Amino acid sequence: MSIERTYKEINARIKAGKAVVLTAEEVIDRVREKGLARTAREVDVVTTGTFSPMCSSGVFLNFGHTRPRIRISKAWLNGVPVYAGIAAVDAFLGATELPEGDPANSDYPGEFRYGGGHVIEDLVARRPVRLKAISYGTDCYPRREVETEITLDEINEAILFNPRNCYQNYNCAVNLSDRTIYTYMGVLKPRLGNAHYSTAGQLSPLLKDPYFKTVGIGTRIFLGGGIGYVVWHGTQHFPGALKDEDGRELCGSGGTLAVLGDLKQMEARWLVGTSFRGYGATLTVGVGVPIPILNEEILEYAAKPDEELYAPVVDYSDSYPNAKPGNLGIVSYAQLKSGQIQVLGKEVPTAPLSSYPRAREIATLLKSWIEKGDFLLGEPTQLLPGPEARLCGKILNVK
Amino acid sequence: MAPEKIVLRFGAEKADKPLIYRLVKDYDLVINIIKASINPHKEGTMVVELTGERSREGIEFLRAQGITVHPLTQEIARNEERCTNCGACTVHCPTGALYLERPSMEVRFNGDDCIVCLSCVKVCPVKAMEARI
Repeated sequence: MSIERTYKEINARIKAGKAVVLTAEEVIDRVREKGLARTAREVDVVTTGTFSPMCSSGVFLNFGHTRPRIRISKAWLNGVPVYAGIAAVDAFLGATELPEGDPANSDYPGEFRYGGGHVIEDLVARRPVRLKAISYGTDCYPRREVETEITLDEINEAILFNPRNCYQNYNCAVNLSDRTIYTYMGVLKPRLGNAHYSTAGQLSPLLKDPYFKTVGIGTRIFLGGGIGYVVWHGTQHFPGALKDEDGRELCGSGGTLAVLGDLKQMEARWLVGTSFRGYGATLTVGVGVPIPILNEEILEYAAKPDEELYAPVVDYSDSYPNAKPGNLGIVSYAQLKSGQIQVLGKEVPTAPLSSYPRAREIATLLKSWIEKGDFLLGEPTQLLPGPEARLCGKILNVK
Repeated sequence: MAPEKIVLRFGAEKADKPLIYRLVKDYDLVINIIKASINPHKEGTMVVELTGERSREGIEFLRAQGITVHPLTQEIARNEERCTNCGACTVHCPTGALYLERPSMEVRFNGDDCIVCLSCVKVCPVKAMEARI
């Protein structure tokens, strides 16, 4: 008899301190050793983790009211503009926003030493941040200017809301041109000088649940060192399968998560301001998703090793910027992690942009939270659309 | 006279020029090559000790040939607190001083192999590599 479990049963075992939890790395060896059926009977939860630069991250802030009140129309945190067109003292700070007057790429390649992601890190590290805000003044909000220092604990709310995190899979980026290029995938040397990839492979959350059998709205997660939630599918959530030349499905690809959590619970170790030379600023985010082993099929996917998970190799000198379809081949995460891959017959050295040691640390931390009974699984009120929804990206046509 | 430690960097088009020979022959310098490397794109980096009265002139000659010359007075340090062990630097390090340990995938830094080329300082996404004088 194959095993079937419910969220309720798993949570009862977590509360009783009896849940068996393995990380997505540990479960691979367990399945190899004991087989799928037996492991499915024994294991309740598999924890995943990823720690990568993730654009489409940001934080909603409520600063609290000044005396007299101000209805903020424009505001800056450490010189970085925030979007204040929400309410009197509410604002949204995006990870990729640059300080006003940043030289950007005028001295190419720009350094992008500071941006929205760095402000988020400063806030979460409890460093004081300079707030400047202006207004036109109203009868009920007469103040026209404020300049002060804030810290995370002094303001009302700070809600990390990342509309697109945790990409299921990602391109392995290379450069076929004759000059060095500066991309959000790092510095790519000419003529296939290097290849950069950016997922945790066998630890990565959505590679381990490719058909969205468990992840949904209300899934409780590790987010930036605190507890967060999956609140929707992410923007550009176009789940499907990565296919080889013969059209065989290899592994999941294209899914994303929208996640939310209380920034005040989080730690700077798991939210790090990040700069890509010649490209811009962003935020490196730590996310961990628990996968409930409801049945054998879910375990089978959760136990996929790097050897059975793949990434497409994409040229970032022409294909990517010009949105041309196709790739230069498919490589496994085991190959990527070995330090060298073959592209167009050439040996190309690889490097990750995503920290595998930190991903492992997240999966291990989440495992310990669950084992201690501090973290119950959130049963999704609705699963996210999977490949069957056939969602696909639109091109913005310039008319 | 104390030897002068300098770092030379040169593009692919200079890699075939007998520069060290000229320093010895024309400027009467004693040269000790501490490190030398040519990357797959044929760009070279060399750390050398120059000894001799005409070392200034020798350096001027190198500069005139389009070689970048700077003194080896800096050292590179890894800010362990800041480093996330992502590994992005490892493929840019010309000497392998920064490398990934497998299978843990942790980044290791062997300062003895570092030639202060500053590549890691430029590519580190979280600014964990610092040049110190």
